[in-house]
Amino acid sequence: MRARDLLRPRPEGLYCPPGDFHIDPVRPVERALITHGHSDHARSGHASVLATRQTLDIMALRYGADFAGSTQVAEIGNSQTVNGVSVTFHPAGHVLGSAQIAVEHGGTRIVASGDYKRQADATCAAFEPVSCDVFITEATFGLPVFRHPPDTHEIGKLLASVEQFPARAHLVGAYALGKAQRVIRLIRDAGYDKPIYIHGALNKLCDYYESQGIALGELRPATVEGGSKGDFAGAIVVGPPSAFADRWARRFPDPMSCFASGWMRIRQRAKQGGVELPLIISDHGDWDELTRTIGETGASEVWATHGREEALVRWCELQGIAARPLHLVGYEDEGD
Amino acid sequence: MQRFAELLDRLVLTPSRNGKLTLLVDHFRSVEDPDRGLALAAITGDLSISAVKPAMLRTLVTERMDPVLFGYSYDYVGDLAETVSLVWPETTLQGEDVHRPTLGDVVATLQRASRSDGPEILARLLDRADIEARYAIIKLVTGGLRIGVSARLAKQALAEFGRVDVAEIEELWHGLTPPYGELFAWLEGRAEKPEQTAKAMFRPVMLSTPVGDSDLEKLDPHDYAAEWKWDGIRVQAVAEGGVKRLYSRTGDDVSGAFPDLVDAMEFEGTLDGELLVGNPLEATGTFSDLQQRLNRKTVSPKMRQQFPAFMRCYDILVESGEDLRALPFARRRQRLEHFVATLEPTRFDLSPLAPFSGWAALDEMRKSPPHPVIEGVMLKRRDSPYLAGRPKGPWFKWKRDPHIVDAVLMYAQRGHGKRSSFYSDYTFGVWTGPEGAEELVPVGKAYFGFTDQELKQIDKYVRDNTLERFGPVRSVRADREQGLVLEVAFEGLNRSTRHKSGGAMRFPRISRLRWDKPPNEADRIEALQALLDR
Repeated sequence: MRARDLLRPRPEGLYCPPGDFHIDPVRPVERALITHGHSDHARSGHASVLATRQTLDIMALRYGADFAGSTQVAEIGNSQTVNGVSVTFHPAGHVLGSAQIAVEHGGTRIVASGDYKRQADATCAAFEPVSCDVFITEATFGLPVFRHPPDTHEIGKLLASVEQFPARAHLVGAYALGKAQRVIRLIRDAGYDKPIYIHGALNKLCDYYESQGIALGELRPATVEGGSKGDFAGAIVVGPPSAFADRWARRFPDPMSCFASGWMRIRQRAKQGGVELPLIISDHGDWDELTRTIGETGASEVWATHGREEALVRWCELQGIAARPLHLVGYEDEGD
Repeated sequence: MQRFAELLDRLVLTPSRNGKLTLLVDHFRSVEDPDRGLALAAITGDLSISAVKPAMLRTLVTERMDPVLFGYSYDYVGDLAETVSLVWPETTLQGEDVHRPTLGDVVATLQRASRSDGPEILARLLDRADIEARYAIIKLVTGGLRIGVSARLAKQALAEFGRVDVAEIEELWHGLTPPYGELFAWLEGRAEKPEQTAKAMFRPVMLSTPVGDSDLEKLDPHDYAAEWKWDGIRVQAVAEGGVKRLYSRTGDDVSGAFPDLVDAMEFEGTLDGELLVGNPLEATGTFSDLQQRLNRKTVSPKMRQQFPAFMRCYDILVESGEDLRALPFARRRQRLEHFVATLEPTRFDLSPLAPFSGWAALDEMRKSPPHPVIEGVMLKRRDSPYLAGRPKGPWFKWKRDPHIVDAVLMYAQRGHGKRSSFYSDYTFGVWTGPEGAEELVPVGKAYFGFTDQELKQIDKYVRDNTLERFGPVRSVRADREQGLVLEVAFEGLNRSTRHKSGGAMRFPRISRLRWDKPPNEADRIEALQALLDR
């Protein structure tokens, strides 16, 4: 079977005609297979949803228990059949519950990787390369300039700065699902055991991670009721990046703005955002991870999506791998 | 090299002066010789390394990777040094290269390099470095660190590090060379203060304090001499045993920018005065004219002819090897008058005293000075010695009142640190265009002059009246009917081709918020142009 008859882009998202399902559709559809819980991939309002247990839990936390007509758990590594098409979920190493979806029919196997990374992460299962004919890869950091340092090195920078500037509150911007918990866990693994203060938007997800056996240590709400500004001197505060540009941040003494993101690799990005301490920590693979992964899947064809596809396509061509950009709409290629 | 690279990265993103000082002091404390001294030299601009041209860098990198991928990368990042540092292929270190190079290794290697083997040597260094270190190396060889740290701030950090007065560092500075081992030894209390052996050393200057509200009531006018305060730049001219140097007030050597003046320094001694342009016998140029001569590496003959530099002298510190600083001002003034009379009159003249009968008369004089290049008066106590720093009492400056313009708030930018969630930097404009089709043209930017309470009010106004957002900047509704009028005080206007309005304000600050004033009553551009045309 030709690959593009098995999966093709439609305005709703990636569609499988023989299986009559969408992967990560951006509009409500009859049957959706969902790779992970980030809101641009996991939307509410589908008639039926197939995803990992954790992704379903996260969707319920974000959208309420009735986020879909019906749900079905996809067990990692167990194949199942959807209208005669075989689908298997494999870990993607992106955030808790994230999966790649292998779709196989008529002797052709395509892996839709969703978002993924290869750096070790104590808060989710590690990516497993799956051999396939066509590999659909994200390209968020698909340029040779993106090279993420080890996350432990970045956390070391944060803790050194906390020591160097003990009177300042360190405000770490990190997205609420995945990044925030990973950052907190990394801080713990580096031996920091004081309370970490979190923005209210992180509460539910941090509790959920804890319930899944990912210890985050003592977390306290970053509120000032009954206290004073001085209480946050030398403290680490984690919250969504948008909150730090807002009036919410005024409660902290001389805040040091830190941002945990792969975009922080580019100095101008940090400078424009008013970030004083950039922490290059990403949920997405860097250039070396993307190219290494393409090689490991053994795919003879690569479709690159959301991000800087052109450079990745060029790289594939230089390696003799057929490649094309896959134009899917509705995903935030900036999110990290 | 890693520590230096990290320091550069932190400095560039740290907006506050105190934050920068902490980073520098910690660096001096935790990094050993010679690397900390070389870092200091790189920051103060005293490190000489033969330059590599950007085109050469591009060639080196495209020999090592696909030019198309490099092109995509450079397009995205927009900075050549940064792009090359990121895309440079990682190599496994082997043999003698197994260690990452230190800053000392890098500097020594680059200083040994010749024009022909320079690129190859640079490539080998980049092979041995990691991403951050590669960036720092490339910045060193392409010149211009651009990290927002002045030589003055670096010296301030040294002073804090060694708990000494910054004047002591400034006085020593020009006798020292990188990597400043003896300086650090002294600052750490491991050795005596280095001796001044170099000729034509800088002497820390004496600064004045502004006249406060009731300062003069307690003072007797007869104890003070008054001079006009000239609107140029403060310089110190030192000539000793054939060595001639012109220093800025912070001890930076600015001789290179004013060769015409330096050539005329045919004397033995140290003079304090104001650098101006023009011919003192005929006319004194404006600060705008002077600006043509500032911050230039080379000066064209045309420039020298059109805007000749001269020095208007007001103090003498050393005469023929004799240190006069302990003498009272009145005695130094006599010596100065005799001394200047012997100098080339087109390059040196005397800042005249301005006799006055009492404080009220002097107040009139400073409010309406006789020359546009005068920005007020100086008061100097007749019995005061020449003291480094800014002692309160012996010298006062009493400035002319600032210029005032009513402008309309156009853009607001979020601040940093304490102000990081506040829109605290304001771009404002005045009206231009024919009647009925007026529009605002930006004329300046200010970020102080208001109270914390007023800051909150403006912040709320900005958030409630935002038109568009551009990253940390918001455009604010500003038209004939609605807008916030800011009264802006400033010291003068410099001609500038970079600004749409044709002029750049000096020292602008918000003097009042005019919530009461309708925006269509704000000033027009002609009010400012009148200042330029004077």
